[in-house]
Amino acid sequence: MSVQTWTWLLVGITFALYFGIAIWARAGSTKEFYVAGGGVSPWANGMATAADWMSAASFISMAGLISFSGYDGSVYLMGWTGGYVLLALLLAPYLRKFGKFTVPDFIGDRYYSNTARTVAVICALIVSFTYVAGQMRGVGIVFSQFLQVDINLGVIIGMTVVLTFALLGGMKGITYTQVAQYCVLIFAFMVPAFFISMQMTGNIIPQIGMGGSVEGGEFLLDKLDKLHTELGFHEYTSGTKSTWDVFAITLALMTGTAGLPHVIVRFFTVPKVKDARKSAGFALLLIAILYTTAPAIAVFSRTNLIETVSNQPYSEIPEWFKNWEDTGLIAWSDKNGDGKIQYVAGDALSSKKPIYVEARGAHGERMVSNASDAKNELYVDKDIMVLANPEIANLPNWVIALVAAGGLAAALSTAAGLLLVISTSISHDLIKKQLKPNISDKGELTAARIAIFVAILIAGYFGINPPGFVAAVVALAFGLAAASFFPAIILGIFDKRMNSQGAISGMVVGIVLMLFYMMKFKLNMFGGGTSADWWFGTSPEGFGTIAMVVNVVISVVVSRMTPAPPQNVQEMVESIRIPSGAGEAHDH
Amino acid sequence: MSEKQKNASAYWKENLRYLIVLLVIWFVVSFGCGILFREELDAFRLGGFKLGFWFAQQGSIYVFVILIFVYVRLMNKLDKKYGYDE
Repeated sequence: MSVQTWTWLLVGITFALYFGIAIWARAGSTKEFYVAGGGVSPWANGMATAADWMSAASFISMAGLISFSGYDGSVYLMGWTGGYVLLALLLAPYLRKFGKFTVPDFIGDRYYSNTARTVAVICALIVSFTYVAGQMRGVGIVFSQFLQVDINLGVIIGMTVVLTFALLGGMKGITYTQVAQYCVLIFAFMVPAFFISMQMTGNIIPQIGMGGSVEGGEFLLDKLDKLHTELGFHEYTSGTKSTWDVFAITLALMTGTAGLPHVIVRFFTVPKVKDARKSAGFALLLIAILYTTAPAIAVFSRTNLIETVSNQPYSEIPEWFKNWEDTGLIAWSDKNGDGKIQYVAGDALSSKKPIYVEARGAHGERMVSNASDAKNELYVDKDIMVLANPEIANLPNWVIALVAAGGLAAALSTAAGLLLVISTSISHDLIKKQLKPNISDKGELTAARIAIFVAILIAGYFGINPPGFVAAVVALAFGLAAASFFPAIILGIFDKRMNSQGAISGMVVGIVLMLFYMMKFKLNMFGGGTSADWWFGTSPEGFGTIAMVVNVVISVVVSRMTPAPPQNVQEMVESIRIPSGAGEAHDH
Repeated sequence: MSEKQKNASAYWKENLRYLIVLLVIWFVVSFGCGILFREELDAFRLGGFKLGFWFAQQGSIYVFVILIFVYVRLMNKLDKKYGYDE
């Protein structure tokens, strides 16, 4: 069977599965809609959290990103896993004991203030929308790459699928679909990795193969370092970023992870405090399977790529190279006219993406109009490392098709989780808690469903017309979460003296500072600036760390200058510190 | 302070002690071994890995997983000791 047939088949089967689960797990009450009835087992919640967490970016882009940046890519690996330690130790058990539906719920009650609740809702919406637009785009990309479907149609198909299981089942539908999606995505990620590890190093476990040796007895990593140095790239196992920046980015990603509302809300769905701790452990274990494999795939595919293309004549290049040229992820321009591919350090193009012209070159390659003066002749999109990996390694067609189904599972599960947070913020935190407190359970459920519908339309719109800033800011959603929620929640639990004045001023200053820095250095507003102008040499990705520290300092100083929180709030803090008597998540 | 409150605050103190120890380990394996002292550790090897690089891309993640499960065990015991188990 051809790759196309396999892909349609696998995507069809998995989609049918998701629909089936959605119908089986319909939600009847707000409690089922918001927190899946509070009766999800720790294992199922761990899987759902893992699928929720691992987005199109983790699945498709991360290995490629590491592949091209070597050691510098470690920030994602440590940042996106280390955050779970913070989540398990500092947040999840206490928030579960608190036992409401959302993060703004906690902020609003702990800081006895609807202003705090509103600030939290706004932060949640900003963080979730920047994130979800990227997911819808990811769905479109997978459809267009693998099934030659128009990218916009791909986005619409994705919207319809998410809409179905989110509208019907709310958190309950989403949780059980995510369990299925985790299985699909991890299988799709691991199978090619096993094959390639076996091929290159003779060891089937990629985590071990990565440190193993290749034919001739040389260690794989040493060989890759050597290849890199020969071609003028930086050594793979050492980076180019400053130690401080690596530190700042890692910490921002960790605290951002622990502060992301769609991840936190998952811990409201388990029955007991004990289960919240355990399910954070399961979630990280399941995530770690992918996160320790990704750097191995990065090393395998990087070595494979260099060996396959470097100094090879274009006429003898394998078929996959030309296929991906056609989809626009590879571009080659024969700058020195020798018919061979020179792949060395430097940007092959003068702008970010290739601009193809109609004509074909002397060797049949697609010509581009924006080739640069640098010696490097080859442009490779980083996404190709996962998408084309099975082809590069000559794996069977069904494995290639599997990657498409896995990418879709990753993007859809994350999108669904985010959309639910958006709709809950509106129906529960805004309508029920502020605008219309005596709305009935049924009315709130209808409002939640309308909110999810509108949110999907907006997300889909951004998926079809991606504003330039979406790609630039998705990674920064973490900085925003680190700068706003993380300190407010931690201080709310560990500092009994923290009051509403302190927390609100901290959150506002933190998120405004982060937004300002992002706009200045990413979007060139407020006078813009280059990396030389960065404050303390901190990149925008790492700035969340600084904004978070500022948030904490301001919160503590302001709270000590204003009156202590009321007695009943102090008692509430004492009660969330004790695990027993959590009961089910309830609505006052 | 009532008996109940004393129990609660003793529980909280022990909990904080666990947290500090576990978070120190969390910091040392990632920010310490994987970032701040990476270059020094790279002089040592673990099979084909330079040690600092291994901590940054593999080791720290394994330790994170272990840390959470150790925490789960410790807390379950602590809950029992103070009668908060359910």
